[in-house]
Amino acid sequence: MDYLNSLVVALESLMANKLRSALTVLGIVIGVAAVIAMLAVGRGAQSTITGTIEGIGTNLLFVMSGGSSDVTNPKPLTLADAQAMQDSFAAPSVIGVAPMMQGSGTVTAQGESTSTMLEAVTPQYGPVRNIELTEGEFISEAHVLSRSAVVILGPDVAKELFGRTDGVVGETVRIDGQPFRVIGLLVSKGGSGFTNEDNRVIVPLTTAQSRLLRRSTPNRVDMIIVQAASSEAVPQASEEIAAILRGRHRTGIGADDFTVFNQQDFLDTAAAVTGVLTIFLGGVAAISLLVGGIGIMNIMLVSVIERTREIGLRKALGARKRDIMIQFLAESSMLSLLGGILGIVLGWLISVAVGAVAAASNADITPVIGVDSVLLATLFSMAVGLFFGLYPANRAASLEPVEALRFE
Amino acid sequence: MTPWIPPTINLWEASISAKKDLVIEARNLTKVYKMGEVEVHALRGLSLEVQRGEVMSIMGPSGSGKSTLMNTLGCLDRPTSGEYYLDGESVAEMNDDQLADVRNRKVGFIFQTFNLLKRTSALANVELPLRYANRSENRGEIARQALEAVGLGDRLDHKPNELSGGQQQRVAIARALVNNPSFIMADEPTGNLDSKSGDEIMRMLLALNEERGVTLIIVTHDPEIAKRTRRVVTIRDGQIAEK
Repeated sequence: MDYLNSLVVALESLMANKLRSALTVLGIVIGVAAVIAMLAVGRGAQSTITGTIEGIGTNLLFVMSGGSSDVTNPKPLTLADAQAMQDSFAAPSVIGVAPMMQGSGTVTAQGESTSTMLEAVTPQYGPVRNIELTEGEFISEAHVLSRSAVVILGPDVAKELFGRTDGVVGETVRIDGQPFRVIGLLVSKGGSGFTNEDNRVIVPLTTAQSRLLRRSTPNRVDMIIVQAASSEAVPQASEEIAAILRGRHRTGIGADDFTVFNQQDFLDTAAAVTGVLTIFLGGVAAISLLVGGIGIMNIMLVSVIERTREIGLRKALGARKRDIMIQFLAESSMLSLLGGILGIVLGWLISVAVGAVAAASNADITPVIGVDSVLLATLFSMAVGLFFGLYPANRAASLEPVEALRFE
Repeated sequence: MTPWIPPTINLWEASISAKKDLVIEARNLTKVYKMGEVEVHALRGLSLEVQRGEVMSIMGPSGSGKSTLMNTLGCLDRPTSGEYYLDGESVAEMNDDQLADVRNRKVGFIFQTFNLLKRTSALANVELPLRYANRSENRGEIARQALEAVGLGDRLDHKPNELSGGQQQRVAIARALVNNPSFIMADEPTGNLDSKSGDEIMRMLLALNEERGVTLIIVTHDPEIAKRTRRVVTIRDGQIAEK
């Protein structure tokens, strides 16, 4: 029997039991849609996180205190450490050094109050982190030297306190009860939750050290952000910084009391985490595809029993084992292929819906449906149909014509 | 127990010299079924010859081995032992696919319950054996001619449930004829029909034999049907009963 014809016959027989075929297909539809949607959302999250990390700046190294536990007298990072890194002889690959402290505080103005992230920085922080302002100016060297009580507001903070995101320069806010003059307003970057870059205020490092973020060691900083001259220079810069700090902290070889993170490390870690997440989600979804496959097998077995006489007749008329086999495999793979196609459409709709919900809640995840995941889902659902159709088809093909014809 | 010697054995020798045109030549067929522990001997050394153009009915009470003989002659099943030549081809040793091929080319089945594919037009039903024969050239035309031959030229696109019992059996006859088989094996062809359409079907089968020389084997338990065939073979206990 020709293959095209067996597809037509298969379609006819599926159409004969519309409700049953539809329910069987539904199992595959849900499975494939789940796989497609989960992979798309996973990838969307991945690209969002990657984008966020890249948005921090380029070619950055993050130096933090704390490292090997073998160090007997670990020293914290200080402003002096940061200044040492700016030495262009000791660290020629470094073009920017931005020491900073982090904390949180309560900002009040005009009776409104909001709690926010507090970043204490030096002027270098601006170029290193690509800080952009809608109005006003960034923290200057003079502000740092004079420990000025000035602050740059994030747009969310400004909105919270003043109900507007323009013309706030010159206003006065209180941070933990102390007055600060607003000198600038950050450009909105979007985002929400722990990655919200809009809900923060930036103050001069020295001002914070003396008034807001008191640390046990004077001149201590939480982190030093270092910008390398180029992406190729990142490993070199990392080496140079480490050498400087080892000299200054007098630590033994192989026992650093600091840790240098590469931006690429963050990217890799984030990619690994979201990759695992995507595989996990996809795996869970694949289980529903498996269940759909079992549904196909179940219905095909019922169909074989129901049509025992028909199989007997076909054999009496000269159908070979292979002909019967092809007939039933055509049916099961058609069920799964149909389910696969509908599932891709449904999965795409779900992805779009998830994207819309995420956008509405400021999460900004754009689901990405790759050609590979569509191909994967199609091939996988076909394979499911063939695999789970194989046993029923073989059972049908192996029926003895005499017995099959006698079957009531 | 003295072995039973088939009485036809000498005739068979003679048949070669007489150059009879045999469609079916079965010698010493046995068939043993295992029903759990018990062995059931459905055929016990049965021998039979059918000449081309013959009309024969096979009779016998239920359990006589009549159905087993029909299945064996129709190549639906293999004998446990014995020889079976269909058009001179030895069938007894063939594998499943070869048997399927022989059924397709050489045997036309007509069943008591018609066994047409539901939801499939008369034409497509008749085309089915041609499909399995891998004949793609003017399949529809051949099937249409077969349906016209049984007087259903105006019912090509009717589904079985839109046809009367007699018409359905005529579709089955067309289907049996469409591959020009060596013989037609009809299993109680009138069993599910009222006497009028049953008579019509019998007349059509006999006419096909008269006009086209189609070899016809009718399995029945109805003596009225058997009377209308020239040769009647009665099966009892897996053997041909002596007349």
